[in-house]
Amino acid sequence: MDELDRKIINDLQAGFPLTEQPYAEVAARHGITESELLSRLQQLLDNKTLSRFGPMYDAEKLGGAFTLAAMQVPEQDFDKVAEVVNSYAEVAHNYQRDHQFNMWYVLATETPDQINLVNRDIEKRTGLKVFSMPKLTEYYIGLQLPV
Amino acid sequence: MDMKVRNRRPDLPVSSHVKLDKQDKALITLIQAGLPLSSTPYTDLGHDLGMTEREVIERLKHLMQDNIIKRFGVVVRHHELGYRSNAMTVWNVPDEQVSELGHCIGQFDFVTLSYRRPRRLPDWPYNLFTMIHGQNRGHVLKNIQFLIERCNLDRVEHQVLFSTRRFKQRGAIYHPFNKGLSDDPQTAG
Repeated sequence: MDELDRKIINDLQAGFPLTEQPYAEVAARHGITESELLSRLQQLLDNKTLSRFGPMYDAEKLGGAFTLAAMQVPEQDFDKVAEVVNSYAEVAHNYQRDHQFNMWYVLATETPDQINLVNRDIEKRTGLKVFSMPKLTEYYIGLQLPV
Repeated sequence: MDMKVRNRRPDLPVSSHVKLDKQDKALITLIQAGLPLSSTPYTDLGHDLGMTEREVIERLKHLMQDNIIKRFGVVVRHHELGYRSNAMTVWNVPDEQVSELGHCIGQFDFVTLSYRRPRRLPDWPYNLFTMIHGQNRGHVLKNIQFLIERCNLDRVEHQVLFSTRRFKQRGAIYHPFNKGLSDDPQTAG
C-alpha cells in the first residue's frame, strides 16, 4: 500500500459519489485514470486491506434485533464456555477481554424475543449469568479510521 | 491525528423497523456484497434489477436520507492497517451527562463507536461504551488519557477492556437481510 492508496482509502471512507461514473470522479480527484483506481481498489480488496466496498446498513431498521452480552467466566472454564456460546448461529462476534467480565458477544437475531431465548439458553447450558446490554442511544458509529 | 475532530451528530435512539418495498429490498440484497468495480456501477446494478441507472441512484439517495444506509464507501480492516489494539472503554456517567459526554468522546477520530447502554447494577455500573483504537496498548491508553482531558472525565469512573482473543467474526449475520452491517466486531450490538 502506497501513499496514494492511503489517500484513496481515507477519501472513500467518508463516502462515495452517487453519480453516473463515480469511479471516474474519484480518480480525477486523485489525478489518476479510472482504470488505475479500479485496479488499486481490486488489489486492496484482494489483499484484505479493505473488508468491503459498499453500504453500511442500520440493521435494526431492516428488522433485526441486536445486543451486546457479557459473562464472567472462570478462567479454567473459558474455552468450554466459549465453545457453547460460539455454537449459536445467532452469535455474530465473541471477544475475550482482560477483565472480570471476560466474555463479550454480540447477538443478532430476527426478532427481539429471540435475543432473550438465546441468552436464557446460554445461561441454562453454562450455569453462568448473562448480562445483556443492548444499545440505548448511539452518539457515534463509524468504521472510519485515518490510515 | 488526535486533534482531528468530527462534526457533532444527532442522538440516535434505537431504530424502529421501517417498511421497504420489494425493489428496495432487492437493491439492498444485491449491493450488500459490495458495489461493482466497473465504470458504471449503478447502471450494472440496474441491469440486474430491471431498473434504470437513475432509479438505482434515487433509491440509494432515499435509503441514505432515511439513514437505512448509514454510510456508503469503503470499510477498512483495522488490524491490517496497523491498528493492532482495541479497547472497549466503559464509563460510569451521571445519566444527565451521558449524551453530552457520548458526543464529546465520539468526535475524535480514534473513536469508532460511542453508545449508551443500560447499567446492570450492582455488578455493572457503566452506561457509556466507547471503542478506542490504536497501534498498540500504549497508544490506546494515551488516546484514553487524551479523552479524559478533553472531555473533563477525570472524575468519571472508567474501565479499559482490551481484547485478547477473537473467537468468531461472521461476515453474514443471522438475519439474511443484515449482511451488510456486521462484518466488523465494533459495529453491532
